[in-house]
Amino acid sequence: MNYTDILIYMRHEVTLMAIIIVLFIYDLAAGRRGRSRFSAVTCCLLLLQTAINIIPVQGTAELFGGMYVYAPMHSAMKSMLTVGALIVCLQADTWLRRDDTEHKRGEFYILTLSTLLGMFFMIGAGNFLLFFIGLELASIPMACLVAFDKYKHYSAEAGAKYILTALFSSGLMLYGISFLYGTTGTLYFDDMPARIDGSPLQIMAMVFFFSGLGFKISLVPFHLWTADAYQGAPTPVTGYLSVVSKGAAAFVLMAVLVKVFGPMMTQWQTMLEIVIVLSITVANLFALRQTDLKRFLAFSSISQAGYIMLAVIGANPIGMTSLVFYMLVYMAANLAAFGVVSIVEQRTDGKVSMQDYNGFYRTNPRLAVVMMLALFSLAGIPPFAGFFSKFFVFSAAFRGGFHLVVFIALLNTVISLYYYLLVVKAMFITPSDEPVPALRTDTGSKIALALCTAGIVALGLASCVFEGIDALATGIW
Amino acid sequence: MNILSLFPAIPLMMMLGLWISRNRTQILTVMVTGASLLLALAVWLVAAYLSQRNAGIADPMLFTDSRVWYAPLDIHYAVGVDGISVVMLLLSAIIVFTGTFASWRMQTAVKEYFMWFCLLSVGVFGYFISIDLFTMFMFYEVALIPMYLLIGVWGSGRKEYAAMKLTLMLMGGSALLLIGILGIYFGSGATTMNILEIAQADCIPVAQQRIWFPLVFVGFGVLGALFPFHTWSPDGHASAPTAVSMLHAGVLMKLGGYGCFRVAIFLMPEAAHELSWIFIILTAISVVYGALSACVQTDLKYINAYSSVSHCGLVLFAILMLNTTATTGAVMQMLSHGLMTALFFALIGMIYGRTHTRDVRQMSGLMRVVPFLAVGYVIAGLANLGLPGLSGFVAEMTIFNGAFMHADTFHRTVTILACTSIVITAVYILRVVGRILYGTCDNPEHLKLTDASWDERVAVIGLIVAVAGMGLAPMWISDTIRESVSGIMAHIMN
Repeated sequence: MNYTDILIYMRHEVTLMAIIIVLFIYDLAAGRRGRSRFSAVTCCLLLLQTAINIIPVQGTAELFGGMYVYAPMHSAMKSMLTVGALIVCLQADTWLRRDDTEHKRGEFYILTLSTLLGMFFMIGAGNFLLFFIGLELASIPMACLVAFDKYKHYSAEAGAKYILTALFSSGLMLYGISFLYGTTGTLYFDDMPARIDGSPLQIMAMVFFFSGLGFKISLVPFHLWTADAYQGAPTPVTGYLSVVSKGAAAFVLMAVLVKVFGPMMTQWQTMLEIVIVLSITVANLFALRQTDLKRFLAFSSISQAGYIMLAVIGANPIGMTSLVFYMLVYMAANLAAFGVVSIVEQRTDGKVSMQDYNGFYRTNPRLAVVMMLALFSLAGIPPFAGFFSKFFVFSAAFRGGFHLVVFIALLNTVISLYYYLLVVKAMFITPSDEPVPALRTDTGSKIALALCTAGIVALGLASCVFEGIDALATGIW
Repeated sequence: MNILSLFPAIPLMMMLGLWISRNRTQILTVMVTGASLLLALAVWLVAAYLSQRNAGIADPMLFTDSRVWYAPLDIHYAVGVDGISVVMLLLSAIIVFTGTFASWRMQTAVKEYFMWFCLLSVGVFGYFISIDLFTMFMFYEVALIPMYLLIGVWGSGRKEYAAMKLTLMLMGGSALLLIGILGIYFGSGATTMNILEIAQADCIPVAQQRIWFPLVFVGFGVLGALFPFHTWSPDGHASAPTAVSMLHAGVLMKLGGYGCFRVAIFLMPEAAHELSWIFIILTAISVVYGALSACVQTDLKYINAYSSVSHCGLVLFAILMLNTTATTGAVMQMLSHGLMTALFFALIGMIYGRTHTRDVRQMSGLMRVVPFLAVGYVIAGLANLGLPGLSGFVAEMTIFNGAFMHADTFHRTVTILACTSIVITAVYILRVVGRILYGTCDNPEHLKLTDASWDERVAVIGLIVAVAGMGLAPMWISDTIRESVSGIMAHIMN
């Protein structure tokens, strides 16, 4: 190993580190006026970072004696997460310009990027130790972000809830990892499959490991924090939490389940079957009753997590492709939805209930259309991208032979369509005496929404994205 | 570019044109131009199709084209037409054209209304030209979702309830359909999504067919108003604005019958033979129950919606007979019912726009007041009850003729039962015609009504010409259809 290798194969991490350091210094050195351009500077740097890393280096590599591994698919996933973070940063600007958050604007970006760095290490890890460090780096700053509006009761409460559950689940996971170490004598992913025999201790280890990540993805038995944290956290953070954090965890979960726990496939598939059915059904039933749009989107994102797991359960390369593609599409749609919610919340002094959206189309036609496209995509209506991504995860699970799970998931799409249509109905059909006034949208949010909308419309129709990802997926294991 | 791709492309262009148009005149110009182009294209396609057939080209599908879309899952954008789809495309073009004129006086949010209307057409046209399972399913769903907003925003009565019910039931159907499609794809060896290739390979194990056939058939059947999944239809049709009712009853419900034949029966013939009896019973119930329900309704749209349930039930009924004559009749019934029900809904919309009621009991003697609309209504009614010389007669005659070819007791019995619907249809049609058109007009308000305006006349006359044309010269249509159907039947019977 030499330093060139680090620069080539770890360039995502290296460039992101560089950005974090630059922002640190900028935060200290720039005056009041300089700091007001913080958002622009961050976004430009992130854009630059994406541009440098967008084309994956071919070939695989192991650095630090197998601690860190590189595969083109990892690079694609990291670029995707960076774009997600970029969109969140674009959306966060208005919120950060408020009086009570203005002085800590720098913190937001640095914390966000730190969690992103943690996710990169999680994805690139080839050893459970590095993986765990990455996970912690991704969770602890996240708790600060959730509690960013710390003088608001809900935000502080959400932060506390998040950090407590996060720590508990990390502890659980660490316990599971220790079992693994005890039974196999190694922490390296590559060495593990050969020594995994499906003994009860290892099954327990797998379950503990799964629950640790299940918390991050907010799958059903581990989802209890989700609605409160989503509701309490500042909306851009919620968007970040629901997309980027979840995406990284889902990707890693699939990689580890297939790669490390491959010999115990039947065991974890059975477990996943139950978790998927529960996640989708329970979350859908709860989502039906929500009136607060952020809570509503929280439950919707739990059920989406169930759909994502459909890509995992088949344990085939096309499932990996479907998973990454699903995350990409889900990112576009969910960030668009949260973007609109965020704009309305910021500009109207906290209107987030579904009733507030009555007659929204009359006053804000563009925002309403973006929201509608996002919801249609989440519901899986063609020709929007969500239809394609849903079809692909269904077909991945079907290929694995999980017909009944697919069937239940499909029936659930009808329930989910109902609640997504409730929002559409509020915006387009239900009249209102005092609708939300016509809102002014800042440039950052406009760019973010335009990016998301383009994604929603184009990702499905242009097959090149999916095929590009698929080309990276071949031979990933 | 393949000529067939123009069918979904033109409505897309129309959407673009609508998006940039600034006033009502521009919007209507875009709509009329686009709809006329579609109609011309459909007529041209029929002519070109017939001339190619006459030249002796015997491929199952003409004008085919196939482009790889998603290679890892064998998804292609594959198009092609045979006699059945050509006829359906013509029907859709006629309805879109007349539907445009029927919505001429639309007042609220005209631009959005027509944009959704065009999206609906994209779905419909795309569906009929597709021969790839995935693409076909995608267009199918594209056609469904605009209904929600079209009914919810521009509808009348209990529109929100009706729109939600319709959307959820149809989406429930398409959920069944999707799993069926995945079943077909993986059952046939996961190598192709092309309908013709799957049929040719004919390698779905019978055990699997028994699972996927009912799912696919019910999935499409929901849209084809299969009992007991028809309940969305009366509410939906009654609440929808005029042109949407026309398009929905006229074309969209045919998507169901077409899909049942093209996908369920064509790709899974063994299961179709085995399980057809279950669905024959259900469709026979649709036919008779729909007709009986229509007898007791008092709302004009509800009468017609139940009548559609009955007639579309007849389409599915005929398809399940699994012989060439009945299936030819089914396709003709789709065409005939599409035309006459569109005519009905157009006229009901026009009458409702004047009298502001659809209640049969509150109208009478309209023949003197609005003679043009009244005569149109009579013609639609006569076509509906199967008067020779109009389209309904030819179609139903062929269907019952084909159904009676089965010599066993079961088929004979259900056929005779289904035949009673002809009598019941006459009852409810003549009752309504007699009640609202003849007699004396008691309501002084109704005496002041004006007859149809020019745009309404265009819509009505266009449809009447089509209905009468099909009734008077049915042979070329039935030959076109029969040729393709017999090819498919030969495959199914093997």
